[in-house]
Amino acid sequence: MSEIILKPKEQPQVPLEAENISPDAFAGKNIDEIKNIEIWHGNKQVTLSDFFDVEGEPSDDASDIKIIIDGDVSNTKRIGHGMTAGEIIIKGDTSMYVGSEMNGGKITVEGNAGPWAGRDMKGGELTIMGDAGDYVGSSYRGDWRGMSGGVLTVYGNAGNEIAEYMLGGKLIVKGDVRIMPGVHMNGGTLIIEGNVIARTGGEMKGGTIIVKGVIDEFLPGFEFLGVEKGIEVDGETFEGNFFKFKGDNATKGAGGIIYAATKGNAHIAP
Amino acid sequence: MQKIIKNGMVYDPLNNIDGEKMDICIEDGKIVESVANDAEVIDASGKIVMAGGVDPHTHIAGAKVNVGRMYRPEDSKRDVMARGGGMRAGSGFSVPSTFMTGYRYAQMGYTTAMEAAMPPLLARHTHEEFHDMPIIDHAAYPLFGNNWFVMKYLKEGDLDKTAAYAAWLLRATKGYAIKIVNPAGTEAWAWGGNVHGINDPVPYFDVTGADIIKGLAEVNEMLGLPHAIHLHCNDLGHPGNYETTIASFDVPKNIVPKPKYGDRDKILYATHVQFHCYGGTNWRDFVSAAPKVADYINKSDHLVVDIGQVTLDETTTMTADGPMEYDLHSLNGLKWANCDVEMETGSGVVPFIYAAKAPVPASQWGVGMELFLEIKDPTKICLTTDSPNAGPFTRYPRVMAWLMSNKYRMNLIENELHKWAQTKTTVATLDREYSLYEIAQVTRATSAKVLGLSDTKGHLGVGADADIAVYDINPETQDLSAEYMAVEKAFSNAAYVLKDGEIVVLDGTMVKPDLYGRTYWINTQFKPEVEQEVLVDVEKWFKQYYSVNFENYPVQEDYIPRSVPLLGDSVPEEISGKEPAAEGASK
Repeated sequence: MSEIILKPKEQPQVPLEAENISPDAFAGKNIDEIKNIEIWHGNKQVTLSDFFDVEGEPSDDASDIKIIIDGDVSNTKRIGHGMTAGEIIIKGDTSMYVGSEMNGGKITVEGNAGPWAGRDMKGGELTIMGDAGDYVGSSYRGDWRGMSGGVLTVYGNAGNEIAEYMLGGKLIVKGDVRIMPGVHMNGGTLIIEGNVIARTGGEMKGGTIIVKGVIDEFLPGFEFLGVEKGIEVDGETFEGNFFKFKGDNATKGAGGIIYAATKGNAHIAP
Repeated sequence: MQKIIKNGMVYDPLNNIDGEKMDICIEDGKIVESVANDAEVIDASGKIVMAGGVDPHTHIAGAKVNVGRMYRPEDSKRDVMARGGGMRAGSGFSVPSTFMTGYRYAQMGYTTAMEAAMPPLLARHTHEEFHDMPIIDHAAYPLFGNNWFVMKYLKEGDLDKTAAYAAWLLRATKGYAIKIVNPAGTEAWAWGGNVHGINDPVPYFDVTGADIIKGLAEVNEMLGLPHAIHLHCNDLGHPGNYETTIASFDVPKNIVPKPKYGDRDKILYATHVQFHCYGGTNWRDFVSAAPKVADYINKSDHLVVDIGQVTLDETTTMTADGPMEYDLHSLNGLKWANCDVEMETGSGVVPFIYAAKAPVPASQWGVGMELFLEIKDPTKICLTTDSPNAGPFTRYPRVMAWLMSNKYRMNLIENELHKWAQTKTTVATLDREYSLYEIAQVTRATSAKVLGLSDTKGHLGVGADADIAVYDINPETQDLSAEYMAVEKAFSNAAYVLKDGEIVVLDGTMVKPDLYGRTYWINTQFKPEVEQEVLVDVEKWFKQYYSVNFENYPVQEDYIPRSVPLLGDSVPEEISGKEPAAEGASK
């Protein structure tokens, strides 16, 4: 596998917009050409080498390319936007839109990620080892078609309105989330291993949300279907007892399912 | 500055010129008989030449268009242009930003486009958006069909007062034509309902759609307006609505056209008729009634229609037909914006996806094409998509290519469209193909004439504005029916576009993006003594119900950079008290 190492020089105060940091854009270019790939610094076009030291071995085939960002890119947006193949490893924090519209390949963020990670993701694997911001796996502003495929995993906590308008794929948050996870969700699976503040699945019509932790406040639009022991969703088994709800009846055609662990959630059972 | 366009094949239906090789001479923004030998030469050999396109019905400026822009960021993302070449940055596929709207029209060779629905209260905003719309000449049609004053005076049977009010409102809003949308229905929607035909009375005012259409048609001729009444019929988009459509067409038929400006010979302009040609009682037993409506139009001489052709895109619907937009939102479940404009009108906005594989959109595409192909006389048709309702105006070139190529249509019908296009409509059995002459008719000549602007627009005769489009299409060497993709491309990116004699587009690229068009509006007054009586009512109701003061309502003429008032030049500009801005004054 070809490895290309990008060493960030210094993160500027005005963010970098770097949708060109992706194996698709690097494929078929030699190191000098990669250094000259254009990215945006605010409203100015700059080259990759203005902000990164670039070295490594290029390749013609995107699926053969592994990009290692060796350092902090906490003010660089859109890394891996729309990528279809190959791999990106970010050994630090990154900003908004990492892996947005991603189609394939693999991105690992070893630090934290900003909002809209995996926005409109269609395929591939996005893993965030630290925390993520708001709107993880959501739709573009205004759109009603969000994440539709792939696997997005956050090992830390995530913010508000994650999995907004989610249609497919799998989104796992190992930590806690804030309000409105799965808002307007229409399909796919959202697994929250930690706690939720409020409004899980607001106006959801389809898909499944599994909450292993505690939901502080639950919406009234959900119909209680009973308690299930050891559930199976998408071929994955979840041990323990779960309250099962269907909703959100505040919206037309409600057919979403929420499983909430019975442990700690007695206050939301009818 | 003189110019001459040499050796092009000219298509100019208003002057009966059908593909004749001739030169077009230009001086001072007008078409002239001849020019001197040192005139700038534009070589149009192997190309066709038409007048600049005239779009009589589009939604490009004003409140609901702006709502469409604001609440659809996901649409903005689908067409983004960076600043450059003197052009502003812009975005938007179905609802482009103002500057981009001007550029996109110009690139297709269109030089005039009319905003077909202006809430009078929001006229100022509409004109403000015109300020930022380069190239195209324009006008806006204020909405009259659900206006309290109109309904009150019609209920009282007082046509004089209706006419005086209409004249005042056109003047106050700097509007151009009488627009009627779902007459009585939008007012009924403010009461939580709708009307379903032209004989349902509106709550409180107790007048029907038929009363409103007939009354306003009479008022239109009393004022002698250049354009016919511009009617969006009741019951838009509902199966079984064709009977209402034909009944509505019939209402004003015996009124005689008496324009005081222009040479319009029609009494009625019916818009986006595609949405009004449905048979059956629901979407299961739905069947196209386009042949029946086309038959009525073929036998009638009092009306012009535009089609509202579905282009099979994801777009944004927006109309002053509030209840219809609510129905649409209930049908597709997508986001919905609704607005009530104080005593005057209302509107709604909903995104819509006309998916080729979906049964209803496929049929709607077929219904539009049936109308184009079944209405025999193209002097009765204008090409529109009711932009952006049935599709964005940037798809006009595709509609032209569909009309010119049976092969293009059959390809679509057989390979891409849901089979309902074949079973619910007759489109697959129609093999008529439009000629370039007929394309020029439905995109320029018919619209200019029914708008009352054929003196200077829609043709290439001496005295016309030098608004000219040259397209890289050669009917002598190309089989246009077979090379439909090339035709579509050529109509999308004109080789040359001239506006007032200036080259604004070259090979599909804007080269002079900082030219601004004229605003046409009606400056007339009907019986000043009746207007005085009407204004007593108006001022009283303003105090009682409006959220703005009467004095702040009218749009002053000096608000309009290139003002072209039509009719009564002696009407006092009592509001602004200022001299009219000089014609040709630049922005």
